[in-house]
Amino acid sequence: MPVNSTHYLFLSLLLFSIGIMGALMRRNAIIIFMCIELMLNAVNLLLVAFSKIYGDADAQLFVFFIMVVAAAEVAVGLAIIVMMYRKVHSVDINILNRLKH
Amino acid sequence: MDIYDILFWFLSALAVACALGVILSRNPVNSVMFLIVTFFAISGHYVLMNAQFLAIVNVIVYAGAIMVLFLFVIMLMNLNADVEPQKGQLVQLAGVISGGVLFLVILASIKTAKTEYMDKTATDIGLITNLGKVLFTKYVLPFEISSVLFLSAMIGAVVIGKKEDAKPPSKADEAEMKQFL
Repeated sequence: MPVNSTHYLFLSLLLFSIGIMGALMRRNAIIIFMCIELMLNAVNLLLVAFSKIYGDADAQLFVFFIMVVAAAEVAVGLAIIVMMYRKVHSVDINILNRLKH
Repeated sequence: MDIYDILFWFLSALAVACALGVILSRNPVNSVMFLIVTFFAISGHYVLMNAQFLAIVNVIVYAGAIMVLFLFVIMLMNLNADVEPQKGQLVQLAGVISGGVLFLVILASIKTAKTEYMDKTATDIGLITNLGKVLFTKYVLPFEISSVLFLSAMIGAVVIGKKEDAKPPSKADEAEMKQFL
């Protein structure tokens, strides 16, 4: 069976689900961030696949903007994680439940 | 089965295996390395789909810049497998089950999607000439807004990451300064 849109749908769904599982399973804040990057990349892959199928450049520009937002998010998020590490000397997200008190 | 299909299956297997490596490895540095390989596999997919510019940007921005930032933070904090916080078995099982249920639900909903066959001949929509034309005509406003987003993200990162040692001048300091004036 030649590669078609269903293959790309399944592949990016699989990568997205792995990202979700990682974000739910791990307690290290940095690993959770990396899982979010993985989910963003799964979506990017699907957008490029549909851009190829329909011969439209708009989807590739959306991928471009997703990369922009991801880069900005990583810069701010890692700054927050470094700040948290400086305060509590850990990147364990369970420590953050103190915020509710 | 032509070369396109073989490359597709190879890159897909590589991407999924390394994505599993990201979430399963105990050492955060290994996770970063697995994620870099995943990004390279996804870039390979982009090349396969004639999105050469995005493939290069993916390698430079994601595998190059963002992952180096992650690695830098991990090494700054000196994280390794020994200090890695672990969730309980029950919570991990719950995570896997909820992720798997999400996978099954979306799988069931896209199973009946119409199959679109790909035209595997080379096109030039992914080349930088074409993308630049669309970016600077149709999407010029989002492009400018994203520059403002970057500026605010940069300022935000600097403000958040700043050390809090620089205290505001206290009453005593002000009195001391008045003596000099």
